[in-house]
Amino acid sequence: MAVRNARIVTVSGPVIDKGTVVLRHGLIEAVGENVAVPPDAMVVEGEGLTVYPGLVDGLSTWGMPGAAPATAPTTAGRGGRGQIATTPLTPATPATPAAPTAPAATSTRVRGPEDRPATTSWVKAADEISPTDRRIETARSAGFTTAVTFPTTGIFAGQGAVIDLLSGQKAGEMVVASPAGQYISLTRGGGFGGGGMGGGFPGSLMGVIAYVRQIYLDAEHYKLVKEAYARDPRGMTRPEYDRALEGVLESKQILLPANRLVEIDRMLRFAAELKQRAILYGAREGYRPEAADLLKKARVPVLMSLHWPEAPRDANPEDVDSLRTLETRDQAASAPALLKKAGVQFAFYSDGLEQPRDLQRAVKKAIDAGLSRGDALRALTLSPAEIYGVADRLGSIEKGKIANLVVTKGELFDDQTRVQFIFVDGRKYTPVVETPGTGGRGAAAEGPGVNQ
Amino acid sequence: MTKLKILLAASIVLAPLGAETTVIRNATIMTVTKGTVKGSIVVKDGKIAEVGEKVMEPAGAKIIDAGGQYVIPGIIDCHSHIAVDGSVNEGSVSVSSMVDIKDVINPEDIAIYRALAGGVTTANILHGSANAIGGQTLVLKMRWGRDAQGLIFEGAMPGIKFALGENPKRAGNPQGGRGATTVEARYPATRMGIEDTIREAFNEAKAYKAEWDAYNAKAAAGERLIPPRKDLKLEPLKEILEGKRYIHAHCYRADEILMLMRVADDFGFKIRTFQHVLEGYKVAKEIAAHGAGASTFSDWFNFKVEAGDAIPYNAAIMQKYGVVVSMNSDDAELMRHLNTEAGKAMRYGGVTETEALAMVTLNPAKQLGIENRVGSIEAGKDADLVIYDKYPLSDFAKVQKVLIDGNLYFDRDQEVTGRAAKQAEKQRLLDKEKQEQQRQQPQRRPGA
Repeated sequence: MAVRNARIVTVSGPVIDKGTVVLRHGLIEAVGENVAVPPDAMVVEGEGLTVYPGLVDGLSTWGMPGAAPATAPTTAGRGGRGQIATTPLTPATPATPAAPTAPAATSTRVRGPEDRPATTSWVKAADEISPTDRRIETARSAGFTTAVTFPTTGIFAGQGAVIDLLSGQKAGEMVVASPAGQYISLTRGGGFGGGGMGGGFPGSLMGVIAYVRQIYLDAEHYKLVKEAYARDPRGMTRPEYDRALEGVLESKQILLPANRLVEIDRMLRFAAELKQRAILYGAREGYRPEAADLLKKARVPVLMSLHWPEAPRDANPEDVDSLRTLETRDQAASAPALLKKAGVQFAFYSDGLEQPRDLQRAVKKAIDAGLSRGDALRALTLSPAEIYGVADRLGSIEKGKIANLVVTKGELFDDQTRVQFIFVDGRKYTPVVETPGTGGRGAAAEGPGVNQ
Repeated sequence: MTKLKILLAASIVLAPLGAETTVIRNATIMTVTKGTVKGSIVVKDGKIAEVGEKVMEPAGAKIIDAGGQYVIPGIIDCHSHIAVDGSVNEGSVSVSSMVDIKDVINPEDIAIYRALAGGVTTANILHGSANAIGGQTLVLKMRWGRDAQGLIFEGAMPGIKFALGENPKRAGNPQGGRGATTVEARYPATRMGIEDTIREAFNEAKAYKAEWDAYNAKAAAGERLIPPRKDLKLEPLKEILEGKRYIHAHCYRADEILMLMRVADDFGFKIRTFQHVLEGYKVAKEIAAHGAGASTFSDWFNFKVEAGDAIPYNAAIMQKYGVVVSMNSDDAELMRHLNTEAGKAMRYGGVTETEALAMVTLNPAKQLGIENRVGSIEAGKDADLVIYDKYPLSDFAKVQKVLIDGNLYFDRDQEVTGRAAKQAEKQRLLDKEKQEQQRQQPQRRPGA
């Protein structure tokens, strides 16, 4: 297959004003101004079209059965005692037919950390993919060819996978890389004398943090004991196999939620204490100069939610938000430009948005707030690929990389632009007509736990 | 926008961090330890350099003229729950010593700034009282504008919260009947059970400590061993047994106060402070003998059965028996006028002005083991100072300026003059948002 006479935005190299991309066996065979179209190729006339690398959702639940949108809920930012984070662990309305992903870790009352509450660290997204998730097609129509998708239920939710957004293929064919890191969430309901959601430990933010800390201490100890046993089992009590710790030990990086500046500071310190390679997600207050400084200094990459905070609809007119909240809504979308300037590695993620128009608008908002088009594109292609260590196969239009492309009429992220074709693993798809009736908002925006 | 940013930045940290030399002149200085003098205070490198009627004013020093005004040491609140993200209670378990307030400091809690405006410069931030043995606690300075680490009172001994009576046993008695929650009952449900819970925890901690001590001894002798599993629940209890962590125990009734002291004696540790301790006046002699401090309310009681047998003379009586007594807030609002709480001790019980002031300055400093740094106005101590326009132990006094480590963190004039600009900026953002919404409205519903 070949797309010829098209404008090609390679991302890794200069833009080719008029050139050809040749795809074969799911890979990019050649790209350039003077590339010959092989005689056996099916030709797509690219006159007036632009070819981009397929977009990558840096943190997603696409393809996960019954998953909540991956969000970084924020803890209460003001007030004294008794403020609790109340984001539920499970969505009110599953985006896809529910499937049993959350093992019954919380079905019996948890007494303490030794019961390993809300932990399914061993679960791998790659093993759980639901190729029939309808969001795959919707997202692909917006230009997404790849998602780094995670189980998101629990504190240690499980390990992600980089997947290609194919339809009608076997789940195994969709996996590009696995595992992609451990998804950690710090939210559980709780309160005075009561447990968290479903009862039991931990019921507070500090409880969750203590629990995560204990897990890493246990994992370190478990490793020591196992190694000693492997060296010489004679005369030594056999260590008990612990799948929760196995899952933690095999996760080479962790995703930690951090929206507010205070949370960014807290999680950077926490990651350093745990001695884990971390990626922060959320970053709503990434526009604050201190945030960029901290991230730059820690050299920790950030996944930025594209779900920019908005004023709540139908709010009580008597309630006036704080200056900080107003400022955040006003400036949140300027964060990518500021992080870029500061030299912080970042990528975007959909955070519950999936309708092409919403995604386009969200990216446009960042561009209007100062991010260059090139950098916006990079944050959805090569940057996420780099963050997850798959830039050798994804994220740009280069010879030898996976044939994931988006072909548009007009500039990507412009209002009038329409996606013409999408290539995933060299397979050609045409976009579906946008689902009507969502009022231009992502379906998940009405659900709980979204970035608001 | 830029103007506002500068303004905001200015209001957050009023003074540069590398503290300059400041002289507070012409003030009535209530030192707490060295009487009341009319004169000046010299502040250098964050410390009080000199106090007296006549001082050597260093050349180039910043001058604050406090003519007709009063200076007291920064107020210390021995019991506060501000500046915490999320719940202050890990209420799921009866022993929640694994959690630590240090992990959830929120330096952007506006209550910090409000406490500053009430003259508070240091506060003991406690876990809630839902558990017999609660979470780890720490002491913060109200350095508004600094990050979480910047608030921590360097070198102050960490603490832990204990709680007795109704609160920790409440979860053992979930209310039945209509609308009852399905939360499973949690042991204990009685005062007996609370004692048992604490004893059990320390039995466990003793065994844990023995395991580590044995390991450390063998390791020191050169043996190569796998260390025991580190248990975050037992670590702080081990620290208590080693005298490395203070216990701040929430309590009301005399019987439970005596109970906890017996438990402490049995296991060989000390209670550092009894908090609230409304029936402390009944067992003041015993509290003094144990060496515990008492941190109470002036006249806040009768809010539940166990807080019923309380009198406003409590603080004065305990002090008379030799207990180090402080007045605390346990509340972000009360925290803003602890000076008047101290004043009430003069009215009820007739303690002297200095003794009353000490109850919100030097005494809480002693209870937190930081009296060598703060709590009085003496050369060598931290320059944590509050300037009031009128006699401080009165309802009419307003805080004018607050210094911590010699830096100005609150200035009433700047606060008041800055309000208009903040309000204007808020209105601008609200208007902008409204316009934006109106602009998008027609697009959203195209005449459907």
